[in-house]
Formats: sequence, structure tokens, C-alpha cells
Amino acid sequence: MKPILIKQGRLIDPEQGRDEISDVLLMNGLVEAVGANLTEPDGATIVDAQDLVVSPGFIDLHCHLRDPGHRGKETIATGTAAAARGGFTTLCAMPNTDPPSDNRPVIEYVLAAARESGLARVLPIGCVTKGSEGLELAEMGNLAEAGVVAFSDDGSPVSSPHIMQQALLYGSQLGLPIINHCEDTSLSANGSMNAGWIATRLGLNGIPNSAEEVMVTRDIHLAELTGGHVHIAHASTAGTTELVRKAKAKGVHVTCEVTPHHLTLTDKAVLGTDPDVSAFGPLSSGAYDTLAKVSPPLRSNTDRMSMIAALNDGTVDFVSTDHAPHGITDKMCSFGDAANGISVLETALGSLMSLVHTKALSLPVMIEKLTASPAKFLGLNIGTLKPGFSADITIIDPDLDWVVDPSKFTSKGKNTPFSGKSLKGSVITTIYQGEIVYGAST
Amino acid sequence: MKKPNSPQEQAAPKRCHVLDLDDFSEGEIQSVLSDASAMSEILDRDIKKAPTLRGKSIATMFMEPSTRTRSSFEQAAKMLSADVISIGVSGSSSEKGESTYNTALTLQAMGIDLIVVRHPLSGTPNFLAKYLNASIINAGDGSHAHPTQALLDLYTINSKFGRIRDLRVVIVGDILYSRVARSNLWGLTKMGAQVVLCGPRTLIPDDFVANQHCLDNHPFKTVTVEHSIDRAIEGADVVMALRLQLERQSAGHLPSLKEYSQMYCVTSERLLVANPDALVMHPGPLNEGVEIDPEVAHGTKSVIEDQVTNGLAIRMALLYRLIAPTESGVSVSF
Repeated sequence: MKPILIKQGRLIDPEQGRDEISDVLLMNGLVEAVGANLTEPDGATIVDAQDLVVSPGFIDLHCHLRDPGHRGKETIATGTAAAARGGFTTLCAMPNTDPPSDNRPVIEYVLAAARESGLARVLPIGCVTKGSEGLELAEMGNLAEAGVVAFSDDGSPVSSPHIMQQALLYGSQLGLPIINHCEDTSLSANGSMNAGWIATRLGLNGIPNSAEEVMVTRDIHLAELTGGHVHIAHASTAGTTELVRKAKAKGVHVTCEVTPHHLTLTDKAVLGTDPDVSAFGPLSSGAYDTLAKVSPPLRSNTDRMSMIAALNDGTVDFVSTDHAPHGITDKMCSFGDAANGISVLETALGSLMSLVHTKALSLPVMIEKLTASPAKFLGLNIGTLKPGFSADITIIDPDLDWVVDPSKFTSKGKNTPFSGKSLKGSVITTIYQGEIVYGAST
Repeated sequence: MKKPNSPQEQAAPKRCHVLDLDDFSEGEIQSVLSDASAMSEILDRDIKKAPTLRGKSIATMFMEPSTRTRSSFEQAAKMLSADVISIGVSGSSSEKGESTYNTALTLQAMGIDLIVVRHPLSGTPNFLAKYLNASIINAGDGSHAHPTQALLDLYTINSKFGRIRDLRVVIVGDILYSRVARSNLWGLTKMGAQVVLCGPRTLIPDDFVANQHCLDNHPFKTVTVEHSIDRAIEGADVVMALRLQLERQSAGHLPSLKEYSQMYCVTSERLLVANPDALVMHPGPLNEGVEIDPEVAHGTKSVIEDQVTNGLAIRMALLYRLIAPTESGVSVSF
């Protein structure tokens, strides 16, 4: 493995509080040194990072690699390649595979396939309940031994308060969090988008904010009662941020994440991509845009602004992609029939940078939410460029303009509401364990 | 015979689809109503047929049961000499799992000029219009829209009162799930009617009424909600009862159909406070005794049968508007 010297980049490493022009030397897959004017070792690959930002590799705590079972939508190989393009060096794979990750062999398969791809670290998340059916706990102890970093039934909310309580107790014994998709399905019944004027005029059943908040409230109470760690997946409402803010102040072990799309889009995206369309006027030909169908749904602008504020004040711990690749026919249908989900890995940075360019988020905070914060959640020695840590690095050009063309995605999932949109900010090079896995090498 | 289009209308870009009334101007609605009036003359003829759409093909694709809308479209198409084929759920490839999109593509590949779509999922006609070249008419999609119903309702109101502006039109019932109500809201408000929505709070979405956040932009800012039917009907010029789907009770929206009918059934007694010339309308099919008393449905104020007849004229007018040959030098007459 050749050493790599990254020269003259703006190093932003929130874990160490660093934001300075610096070189980074990588040797044997680890960070060797960080500092100004480092000496170039013999045979080193030089990466000129002048005018670029050098960040620890991004960590995504919530993505769907679809493998095993739905390899037509994504495989561990294509998903990790998409991660490399998106600047992610660590991915937590959700367990809604077929078979689901409620048993050791599936976890072992995922880990082996990820090792084979070698493009990103894949940390599996195990099921909370057998088959994610919500009835009996999965063999969480066995799954923990196999290497899962958390438990979740992914898109299936743990509906039974009793099972959730037991899972939190059992998880706390193992020292692992329970990630819940908070959605009271009797409140979201048959809903396909955010409740409100747009859903009403489109004749689509709306999913009210309360569907999320009712279960967030429950889970906070259960975490307080059990001392367990509950993590709120893809928070989407202003009410959720209020609940989590208060619970944290009270010392409850609750964390939460937000996706790039809930930070940057609203339910207006269902009306199509034309920014000039009024929600109150005639529909455009782009209306009922199934690419904007996602669970939880894209919310109101009030909710979106609350999520940004909560990300800034630390209520929301980090950004996760909820990368959900789908095949073309899953979206080429009536809105009600369309699958939920967005292919996010390759647009995450570009869309988040729009918040940086509008000063809604600072660049160091954005990077913190993609590196130091999720690393803290995992309790692993990643997400920062301290000597001896894994040489996982993402180099970005914050000002590079590009147009999203899903046909060029490495992910099999071409489903994105950002299709055709101009974004400013792009990943230039991704290094995983000291190897350049995406981008130019000189 | 009147020419169907005013010169101003002909100058406007030709309409390709009828998906809802949200993209109709007041002028275009007026123009459709006057075209329909011209078309209705064919209905009075001994030989009820005009050659206008000879050589044009129309498919009706009804993925949900329907009697009146489907037969109305087919009858309208035949009266204008179009060739019509009909696809339904049973007996079609959708029983074999073919997607609606592929079914529509197949029809288009056969050279169909216009597809009339009824579908249980909102937005299906919009989806087809986006990807197909054929013209699409929405014959009812989920809870979204039923524009031809709304146009025939406007036509019926207009032919009785000679105007729509400033009339008090009360829509009673399940507004939440009603595509008829949605399209009528667009149509009636554009035409200047005073619309009152009436029903239990569980079946009237708050979003239909402008709140302080969106007062200026809200297209239904003149619409009001009245949960008491007696107050709603007071002074009404039109009372439109909507069909109550029986599953609303099991879905938890209503305690019982009995209580619903006690609170919201349109009865002769309740109509005493309406305008003496008030019309009673219903898009059908009727649940007599639930949302409308049979005595009212078949009484002197009822224009329910007129609505059906007018539906033919409206659909003829729309078929004409969308696919009548205009540029190839074929003379247009009917």
C-alpha cells in the first residue's frame, strides 16, 4: 500500500476542533500525521487538495443496501461504490433484507460481501424482532456477537410498547441502541404524503405530524423508564425536535437523526420539480412526483426549518441518508402504488451544501454531523483524523457546480427528486483505509 | 347551429387533457358550457349522431366500477361517430397483473387518440398524461378529481339559474374523500359561487378553508364550512348531497350511518329554509335514506336526472374540444 500525502487542503476535523490549511499523511491504511508542510515519503501518492476541503470520511448510520434479497435494487458492491462516490466511508446497513438481518448468517454474509467490495466499511444493524414482525425479540445477543452496531426493525415501527420496552432493556444490557422508525400506523393509515393542503388538494391521504410524535413521545418515556438508548430514525417534524430537546435536557438517553432531503425539501416536491409552481394554482405536469415519495414524508417548510435549527443546536445528533434505492417500475406508477424512498448517497453532500451556501449551516457543523457525531454514536475510532485512526478521508470541492444526472449514478437506485437539479458542492476524492476508492489519484 | 368556440378561445393553446378544473379559467369553463349547450341539440334530434369525430378512436379504461360515467362517455363518443373500445378491471390484462401504465401504452400503440381513465388511485390520469401522447380525460381518480362531473354540475346549475355567480351552493357529506367535491370546489369558486361545505368535522379537511397563513393565495378563500345542515341550507340555491361510502363507519369517521342520516340527510323538511327555487343535486349512485331522502331525490327540486342527461352534452363537448380535427381541412359540423 503506497503512502498518500494530501497537500494543502483546508482540513476540517470537528472532533479535534481543527479547521486549518494542513497536510495529511496516510500510511499503511492509517493516519500517520496531520500538520503543515509534511515531508513526502518515498513513493507517496500526492493528492493536491489546494482550495479543497479535507474531511474525515463520512459516516452514514442509516442506509439500505438491499442485499441479500433485493439485489435488483442494490447490492453491497453497488451500494458501497455509491457510498465512495458520495464521500461515505462507513455505512450502517438496515436489516430489511430478504431474509431480514435477524440471524447470524445474514450478518456474516453482509460483512463478507462488504469486505469483498472493499469500498466502504459496512456495519450491519440487526432486527429488533424476529422477521421485523414486532412480536418477539430477535436473538439480539447473538446478533451483537456477530457484529451489529444497533437494532432496528427499519421501516416497520416497533408498534407494541411492551416489546419496545423489552428491547430497550435487552439492548442496554448489550450496550447497543434501539433505532425506531417512529410512526403510529393507525394515524398514518394509508397515507402517502405529508398531511396538509397539498395532500388534500391532490386527494392523497395525509400522514400527520402526530403519527411520528405520538411514538416519539412513547419511546422517550420508555427510554427514561428503562435507561435504554433510543435513537429516533429520520426525524421529520417540528414537534419531534421539541420532544427530543426536552428529553435530552432531562437526561434521557435519546438521540436522533435527520436526512438530507428532510433538511432541503418540503412536501411541495410532490407537485414536481418546477420551482415556480404555486401550491395554490393549477397542477403542473410534474405533479404526483413519485420520486418525492418517502417515509417519513417530506414535511412543511416550518418542519424543515425546525430540523435545521435542531441540527444546529445539537438536538438532532447527525445526518443519515436513509438511502433507499428502487427500480424504475417501483416509481413509474400512480403515487399511491409507488415505493417509498430516495437514492441519496450520491447527492447527500451536494444537497447539504445548499444549506451551507445559504448559511443555514456552517461547513464545520455539516461535517461534524457526518463524521464526529455519528462516530460518537457508534463509539468507534473513526470519524476523525487522529494519528493511528483509519485513513478514511473525504475531499470535497464546496463550490463545484454540477447537475444531478441519475443515469450516471453508481447506485442501482436512480430514484431521486434532485434529478436534473443543479447542486453546488461535490465530492472529489474518497479514501477508505488508505486506498483511493473514488476520484483522481494525482 | 352555433359555432362551439369563440374566436378568443381558438386563439388559446389547444387543451390536450382534462385532468381537473384547477387549470380551467372562468372563460374556458363558460366556453365548455356553451359548447355543451350546442351539443345538447344533437340529443334532441331523431337521429342522435354527428360525424364530427369519425375516424377518431377513444378508449375508456375503468379500473373501478362505474355505470353512469362510463356509459355516458361511451354514448357521447358514439354520438360523435368516434370508435370506442372499453377496458375494465375484469376481463382485461390488469387481472393478469399488467400495470395501468402498460395497459395505457398498449392502447396508445394501437393508435387510440383519447383515453378516458377512471382509477381508484389519485393522480393516475396525471401520471398517464405525463408519459403518454394520447389525450387523457379524467373520469374520476381516487379522492382527487372528477372534472366532467363538476362541469355537468355547473352546466345544470347554469341552465336552471342562468348564472352561477353569487349562488349559495351547499355541498353536504363526505368532503374528505370526495373527488366530486374537489372538482366542484375549483369549478364553483372560479365561477363565483358562494360554496358552503357541510358535514361532520371528521369528513371536512381543514385545509379546504383558508387560514391566516395562506388567506391571500388560497384558491378557496370564499368557501365556508358549516357543520349544522340546517344553518348551511338556509337560503341555499343549490344543495348537493354526496354519496356516503359505507366504509366510513368502519374507518372510524362516523359512529353510525343512522346518526349520519339523522344529522345530514337532505330531507324535504330541511329544505324548507332553502331558497324556494333551490335545486337538489347528487352525483350518484344514491344511498337513499342515508344522504338523501327518496322523497327529495325524486321530488320537484331534484335535478338528478338532468345531471345525467347534461353529462352526455358535457362529455361530447370535451371530446370535441380535445380531439376534433381542426387543421387538416376537415370541415367541422355536427
